[in-house]
Amino acid sequence: MRYLLRRLGHAFSLLVGVSILAFLFTALAPGNYFDEMRLNPQIAPATVAAMRAQYGFDRPLLVRYASWLNSVIHGEMGFSFGYNSPVAPLLLMRARNTLLLTITATLLAWAIALPLGVWSAERLGRLPDRLLSWGTAALLVIPDLALALGLLVLAVRSAWFPTGGMASVDFETLTPLNKLRDLALHMILPVTALLLSVLPLLVRHVRAAVADVRNAPFLLAAVGHGIPRRTLLYRYALPAAANPLISLFGFSIGALLSGSLLIEVVMSWPGLGPLLLEAILARDLYLVIGGVLFSTVFLAGGNLLADLLLYWADPRIRTESSAR
Amino acid sequence: MKIEASGSGQNMQPLLKVENLLKRYAKGSLTGAREELLALDGVSFTIFPGTTLAVVGESGSGKSTLASCLACLESPTTGNIWFEGKDIVKLGERARRQVRPQIQLIFQDPASSLNPRWSVLEILVEPLILQRKFKHEEMKQRANFLLVRVGLSPDIVEQLPTELSGGQRQRLAIARALSLEPKLLILDEALSALDCSVQAQIANLLMELQSSLGMTYLFITHDLAMAAYLADEIAVMNRGRIVEQGPAEKILKQPQHETTLRLLAAVPRITRAALPAVEQ
Amino acid sequence: MASVLEIRDLHVSYRSREGVLCPALNGVSFGLIPGEILGVLGESGSGKSTLAVSLVRLLPGNGEIIRGAVHFEGKDLLQAKLEELQQIRGRRISLIFQEPSLALHPTMRAGEQVRQVLAAHSSQGKSGLNEGTRQVFAEVFPEEVDRILRSYPHQLSGGQRQRVLIAQAIVCGPSVVIADEPTASLDPATQMEILGVFRTLRERLGLAMIFITHNPALLSGFADRVMVLYGGQVVECGPAETVLASPRHPYTKALFQSIPAVSNGRGSSRKTRLPVIPGDSSQSSLPRGGCPFEPKCTERMDICRAREPALVHLGESHVVSCLKYEN
Repeated sequence: MRYLLRRLGHAFSLLVGVSILAFLFTALAPGNYFDEMRLNPQIAPATVAAMRAQYGFDRPLLVRYASWLNSVIHGEMGFSFGYNSPVAPLLLMRARNTLLLTITATLLAWAIALPLGVWSAERLGRLPDRLLSWGTAALLVIPDLALALGLLVLAVRSAWFPTGGMASVDFETLTPLNKLRDLALHMILPVTALLLSVLPLLVRHVRAAVADVRNAPFLLAAVGHGIPRRTLLYRYALPAAANPLISLFGFSIGALLSGSLLIEVVMSWPGLGPLLLEAILARDLYLVIGGVLFSTVFLAGGNLLADLLLYWADPRIRTESSAR
Repeated sequence: MKIEASGSGQNMQPLLKVENLLKRYAKGSLTGAREELLALDGVSFTIFPGTTLAVVGESGSGKSTLASCLACLESPTTGNIWFEGKDIVKLGERARRQVRPQIQLIFQDPASSLNPRWSVLEILVEPLILQRKFKHEEMKQRANFLLVRVGLSPDIVEQLPTELSGGQRQRLAIARALSLEPKLLILDEALSALDCSVQAQIANLLMELQSSLGMTYLFITHDLAMAAYLADEIAVMNRGRIVEQGPAEKILKQPQHETTLRLLAAVPRITRAALPAVEQ
Repeated sequence: MASVLEIRDLHVSYRSREGVLCPALNGVSFGLIPGEILGVLGESGSGKSTLAVSLVRLLPGNGEIIRGAVHFEGKDLLQAKLEELQQIRGRRISLIFQEPSLALHPTMRAGEQVRQVLAAHSSQGKSGLNEGTRQVFAEVFPEEVDRILRSYPHQLSGGQRQRVLIAQAIVCGPSVVIADEPTASLDPATQMEILGVFRTLRERLGLAMIFITHNPALLSGFADRVMVLYGGQVVECGPAETVLASPRHPYTKALFQSIPAVSNGRGSSRKTRLPVIPGDSSQSSLPRGGCPFEPKCTERMDICRAREPALVHLGESHVVSCLKYEN
């Protein structure tokens, strides 16, 4: 229990730290939303000045931060100049779409990486293992962007999947089942792109972790007791190799998330990625900070989940943390 | 001979004097109940230079905690450890760094304390480099000298610890400990993992070093027979306390405490009645 | 009496990184009588651990069985198919490895580790497996059965872990148990306790046991027969009391001499050197023809270098492989 609280505390202080840094950096960056506005001859300088005052931009940074914190507590997270609405609801909708992509990709990536890595580790050094190693190495050196563009080209040429967006034009008229089908069809491309970007890394790590415990005395002992091969691999070897893999799981969520922001832009998926990019270009300050913060929440959430899994998977951590 | 040793010891200043050592570990459980574990519960003893004290006990009796406290790896909850008249518990970090090389610890499994990627030479020279007292050539010479001293051939300087046998590794660990010219060697189950014939060799080596260098040993073991062979005095530990202490011979011949009796009974022995003498 | 396990002329070698074959076992033959405890005595390099794993073909990747036979229940295990072998391992012949802290899965509950062994060899349902596991635990643990069933290895003491290993070994009711240094890492009192468990189990289950150790003192009062290995060969074998009380092979004699005695009334042997076997036990040079112990033997003769000694019968079932006793 104390372990959990400590982890939660870590996550929270991370969030506070990131919010302060985001504030500082956006304040230090040259230019802001109103500078752009001032260039527009149709808006009177007095109006710009009035807006500046309305959003509190004439006050010092610390005061702005405090009033922003206050709006966070009220569930607004500041105000978007561009959309002329509170930031939080804007972000929530987009975040849902990003999460849909990231979670699906995470689950699929691990569902493929675990058996593939174990399979490869069992054949360590033999031809199938070497082929797989070559394949994953090749995938690793191709940049994510190139992968995504390649997939897009493929989709355009074959016309098997939609090449962008999240729904067809007639989405609202579809039956619930067909809505699901439409969504799935739209997800195939971005999810595949995400998968290909993390899968090689995961497979290689699973393979290495399992290969590491393959010669452990307790595995030899289990062979000596006549434990069948499948049980040996999945019930003995994999749990023993779990610790580094669970830490990797936390990392993979982060990697998929940042990968997702890029892929969303390329494949015009209405997630946080395009919104954030747009906000940065327009210097829509609070939207940028909100987007950064949301990503951090996901990241911290992923790591928290990994810590929880670790706690659940390794009884030694449980006693260690309770002994303190 | 033993009587002489401790007799002369009476006139000398003790090398190590431990007073009322207490070490408490807090142990909590998931339900939040807190338990206190008393690993050392008022341990006191004295070792004179050039003698050996054996601390004997079952596992969990606190003897390894004692070793870590004496080697400055852990600090006791309360109590004093006087080493050459200085209380090392109260010393600051800088002063303690001066004392530390003089107390060396040798473990049961030398493999775990020897860097597997370093050659024998590197392992032996490293403590000398840290001292910054020697030139390169001198260090090499000293390494060779140390190897010969512990009965190893200088030819092995290029080898890795993994290429050595268990006995050779333990000799190497002793050589490295000696390179700092310590006054006290703490042998924490240093013989237990070795083959019987190798145990005898290392035991002989320790005896030789004691008579040639005047080494002082604290020998921690659960093997009462080996303790009796190596030590002048034996202290028997049970649950963090010394329950019986005295000259080795007396402990063996007139054991008083039930822990001692139990340990004695547990020493496996070969029926030696008909054992013929080895023809030399 | 017919042997339950019969080993004939077993030769095992390890391939070094340079590809050279280094022999570890050099023509070992013996039989295991049903219900007996055979103590195998040897130091590192004697081939004792190789013997344990080669009987059920669990040698590491660089180990090769050169020739020989292991007869068990009408089969030669060295020729058996892998599936047959898997059925025998853990069910008919089980192994107890050194270092209970390493031989148990670190994140699996003790009960589950035993249950898995039972599940591998029986078609019982879940409740049957659980019941079987409980029974075995009740057999090896005098108390706290429920707590230990649910404990992870790191929550158990050395002796308790060792008992879990024993439970794994006997849960399927084997006829042979091979234990390799099972008590080496325990303190003397716990060691004695575990030996006691082995003895009781032997009486109750009638299993035969190969008990491998480097410590001759453990075998006295425990083993029925003692077999001494040196340099991959059997140098002496016979009834435990005979071998322990009056060893005949020069190696066995020297080994026993090197152990300090608790000198009860014999006068202290302190500050006199322990008699030692010169050199390093694990670096006996192999093979040169002639007796493997010859270079370190205090009783060597000219002929020892020329010819390998054969086993000589000294008395009823007491054999020695030393040229001193030939003719």
